[in-house]
Amino acid sequence: MTFLEFTEGPMWYVAATVFVVGVLWKVIGLVRIGHKPDIAPPKGSAAGGFLAGNIRHFFPRGLFAERTWMHIVGGYGFHLGLFVLLVFAAPHVAFIQERILGFGWPALPRWGFIVAAEVAFAGLILLWVRRISDPVMRLISDWDDHVGSWLTFIVMLTGCLALQEANDALRALHIFFVNGWLIYFPFSRLMHAATFFLSRGYTGATYGRKGMTV
Amino acid sequence: MNAPATVDTAVRKFLDFTDADVASYLETCVHCGECAEACHFYLSSHDPKYTPTYKLFPLVKAYKRHKAPLSSLKKMIGLVPAELTEEELREWEPLVYDSCTMCGRCTLVCPMGIDIAGTIRKMREGYAAAGIVPDGLKSAAENAERTGSPMGVTLKALQAQLAHQEAETGIRIEIDKQGADYMAIFSSMETMGYPEIFGAYAKLFKRAGLDWTISSEAFEATNVGVQMGSGPLAKKLVQRIVDAAERLGVKYVISPECGHAYGALRWAGPNLVGRPFKFEVVHIIELIDQLRAEGRIPPGKKDGRKMTLHDPCQIIRRGGILKEPRRLIADAAENFVEMEGAGVANLCCGGGGGVSANPRAAELQKAAFSFKLDQISKIGGIEAVVVPCANCRTVFEDGLDEYESDLEVVGLGELVADTLADD
Repeated sequence: MTFLEFTEGPMWYVAATVFVVGVLWKVIGLVRIGHKPDIAPPKGSAAGGFLAGNIRHFFPRGLFAERTWMHIVGGYGFHLGLFVLLVFAAPHVAFIQERILGFGWPALPRWGFIVAAEVAFAGLILLWVRRISDPVMRLISDWDDHVGSWLTFIVMLTGCLALQEANDALRALHIFFVNGWLIYFPFSRLMHAATFFLSRGYTGATYGRKGMTV
Repeated sequence: MNAPATVDTAVRKFLDFTDADVASYLETCVHCGECAEACHFYLSSHDPKYTPTYKLFPLVKAYKRHKAPLSSLKKMIGLVPAELTEEELREWEPLVYDSCTMCGRCTLVCPMGIDIAGTIRKMREGYAAAGIVPDGLKSAAENAERTGSPMGVTLKALQAQLAHQEAETGIRIEIDKQGADYMAIFSSMETMGYPEIFGAYAKLFKRAGLDWTISSEAFEATNVGVQMGSGPLAKKLVQRIVDAAERLGVKYVISPECGHAYGALRWAGPNLVGRPFKFEVVHIIELIDQLRAEGRIPPGKKDGRKMTLHDPCQIIRRGGILKEPRRLIADAAENFVEMEGAGVANLCCGGGGGVSANPRAAELQKAAFSFKLDQISKIGGIEAVVVPCANCRTVFEDGLDEYESDLEVVGLGELVADTLADD
């Protein structure tokens, strides 16, 4: 078995399993913690608030934008760029079609990949530089924040190196780090990608119930 | 948990109060630090330790070690935090009590929508249970245990203030009227510092033909149990109001111009006593707005001063009473101007959440208030600020003295009463 066969074969299955089971375990575990029933008569809808909270926090609030512009630019750039790469990069579409879903969709042209990658890299680097330079972020960051940032950076970097699909070793290296990222995900702060809807939603539900502005 | 008793007590409470909401917050925080940019304590000091999410550290540590899903697996490979220590717990106490007014402004800026204020409230339950509480709040709690009031206001003191207001207005204020529709409660600060509020409500309610009373057994609205994080004390103080209201057979209890008292009774109340009330809780601003809408208290000549409105966090941002005060002020003030960030994003006065009852936090509070004052000064030419919360009002008056400002502070009820149309 070659290194590529290993990363795309047994290691991939283990990583994907850890990822899926871990994420489900954690999300279901959080929901199962539950709440005490609230017997105060409601003024509004908790369900509506859950949805409103999720939508509202996608957008920065104008008043704070001047103070938090670096996060807004870095955060949107990185997340949107990564999303586009993950879902529309030609090798990813092919992988999803062949290995996961059995069907695909139109992929990004090469220039689109380059633009998305540059935006994602710029965003991630901006966020990380801020993490190590801003006194607030330095104080509150821990090793998990740094490992998550670096692991994501390496996955993106090896992905770009493997783009030409001219070299099996580069492809294997990329898949190896993707697998590592998938295994690390449920145990780390990367999990925010799977739990943000709960934190926004629970706050929104509380606010909605009380008739508060989300 | 093999930890000293104090830590063990705090950790157990932390874990008890970590419901799905709090757990999702602790899992989802990405340490972006944006919350610092919304916190008046950070803004006025630029000390990173005042970053709201940092204040949650002891809770995060306990949760990740003992309750987080997958923590057992992580424990096996040494990836959970060490047990919380008493030193850490004590080190964080000033962050939890002195530098958080539970104003909730940080939630607005948080991309994950984390309710840090509500989580601090739950965290304080652990601190209170472990007996790690600022002296100012401890003595307020002792007063409340003894008299029902954090300032030790007695019935005799209330009666003296009422008699004075009755003489001023010529309107009788009836105590313990069985079967009245409404029972009003007041904060200690109103009773002792702004007794004219009794006269204002007497005037408004008489004009509206409202059948109201004050209970001799439960006239105090302040709930220091909620501020300190003591569930048992909070329950006792709510129960006192519930018992009195149900004994008098009122249909409504009027929560006063006091921020946290509304949340303590309206939202936490039924959950604390473990059953729905036999009456409704209505905030005084909602009630006055409703009476105005029904044409029962018509507006008269407006106040000509250039005015702005301070939005008390627990009434506006966390109480949802946003439009009502503005409608009332529009009828009462000729020259009303909003400050930047007015409404749900307005800055806190710096003294809520028990901070003003905690002398240790005086310097922090003063610095935070300077931000509030700057916000008002930026408008230019403001002569009076409407502050519909007795606690905020005290913070304003102390702060304005401190900064030698001649800005006037008025309560909303008084403003509406003073600008009522002639009979």
